[in-house]
Amino acid sequence: MPQTLAVECFEHGVRLITLQRPQALNALNTELLAELASALAEAEADPDARVVVLTGSAKAFAAGADIKEMAERDLVGILNDPRQASWHAITRFSKPLIAAVNGFALGGGCELAMHADIIIAGEDARFGQPEINLGIMPGAGGTQRLLRAVGKSMAMQMVLGGESIDARHALRAGLVSEVTQPEFTVERALQLATLIAGKAPLALRLAKEALLKAMDTDLATGLRFERQAFTLLAGTRDRDEGIRAFQDKRPAHFSGQ
Amino acid sequence: MNFEHILFSIEAGVALLSLNRPEQLNSFNAQMHSEVKQALKLLRNDPQVRVLLLTGEGRGFCAGQDLSDRNVAPGSAVPDLGESIEKFYNPLIRQLRDLPLPVICAVNGVAAGAGANIPLACDLVLAARSASFIQAFCKIGLIPDSGGTWTLPRLVGMARAKALALLGNRLGAEQAEQWGLIYRCVDDADLRDEALKLARHLATQPTYGLALIKRSLNASLHNSFDEQLELEKDLQRLAGRSEDYREGVSAFMEKRTPTFKGR
Repeated sequence: MPQTLAVECFEHGVRLITLQRPQALNALNTELLAELASALAEAEADPDARVVVLTGSAKAFAAGADIKEMAERDLVGILNDPRQASWHAITRFSKPLIAAVNGFALGGGCELAMHADIIIAGEDARFGQPEINLGIMPGAGGTQRLLRAVGKSMAMQMVLGGESIDARHALRAGLVSEVTQPEFTVERALQLATLIAGKAPLALRLAKEALLKAMDTDLATGLRFERQAFTLLAGTRDRDEGIRAFQDKRPAHFSGQ
Repeated sequence: MNFEHILFSIEAGVALLSLNRPEQLNSFNAQMHSEVKQALKLLRNDPQVRVLLLTGEGRGFCAGQDLSDRNVAPGSAVPDLGESIEKFYNPLIRQLRDLPLPVICAVNGVAAGAGANIPLACDLVLAARSASFIQAFCKIGLIPDSGGTWTLPRLVGMARAKALALLGNRLGAEQAEQWGLIYRCVDDADLRDEALKLARHLATQPTYGLALIKRSLNASLHNSFDEQLELEKDLQRLAGRSEDYREGVSAFMEKRTPTFKGR
């Protein structure tokens, strides 16, 4: 039984992971990240899990790394930081991952949200990379993913100035795709997850991979990958089902084959 | 709680906050700001509170910023008024607007400067007939703050907003009511009773639903029509989950008076 998060399985292949360290505003310590990585590994291996929604509490998605824990690590300790393995596992998750963010998503929490494929934010959400205020800098993709999401000037401002932005600002910048009433953030994310969970799993997996390729390769390589992935799908049963269902004007039932 | 510059009490669901520096027409200094902030924190954390009534002691409601609290002597460094707004006024205005319960303001006398705009951040403004609103900022080279430049055009229209802000003339309570700046103007002697009556009534109403009404109307000022329809759908969904909605419907069906818990 995980101590720092709760996992709920809904019908239609949707899974909800809720971070639960309320006393520490869901600060991402080694234990929480490890439990999150293993919850995602479980969802990865379970064919019944098609989409995962990740959320925190009403007050905080995750308010950063665990400073107490971090303070205890010297250079060698950070070099061998056990959390790295967990971050990698989260990065490798191949199914659609949606972050439902209410309240603070700061530092590691903002980085965690940016590991998700889609971010839905409550009106009261705040995103920021305040590491600079502690004499350090983002260390889990904050300098890389933020720049790709919001562009250079704003990423520089957030990382160098350490000030956070609100949900509306994040929406304009393209960091999040939707802003909802805080009470509906999780509901909306689950709704979207249900929609996505109805699609063909293999198509989802390759489409996600192709989109992530666009973030870190040149256009020609990305286009080649896209074409190959597109061609691969031609060999799946779900493609035949999708096209037939469209012709018969009925909803498609995808098996993941 | 013992405060020096405000009076604060909570009784039967009504939080009463009265600005109390009558000699200075209740103008704000740093300590008064901090006491108001503490009082707002107390009432936010008290689930019993279902309405806030804001008023002033003595003959004035609030003359805004206590200028003697700001050092602008010749030769001194240029003051950063933005800092004082960021630290004191903006958080106060945001709080009044965002409080999830009705906020009544009883303007008992002159309301000038920030003191004229603080009531406009409240939900229901009653004013004594002798009270007046003065956007005095233009007389000392400043601009209306505490949300004034945003609120005025929305309440009285751009033409009147500009006249009030550029001329800084006194606007009497009756005129303010006619212009739609405030909800009601009452006789001086009746102001406190009327305001308390309104507060006591609201304290028995479905507070959660009222908070959602307040939220939606506030949001309508910057939402598009479509966004607002979406918001109504979302907030109605929330309201429909409340205990008070169930109570309201069953009381209606059973032809009895509902007892609302505010949640």
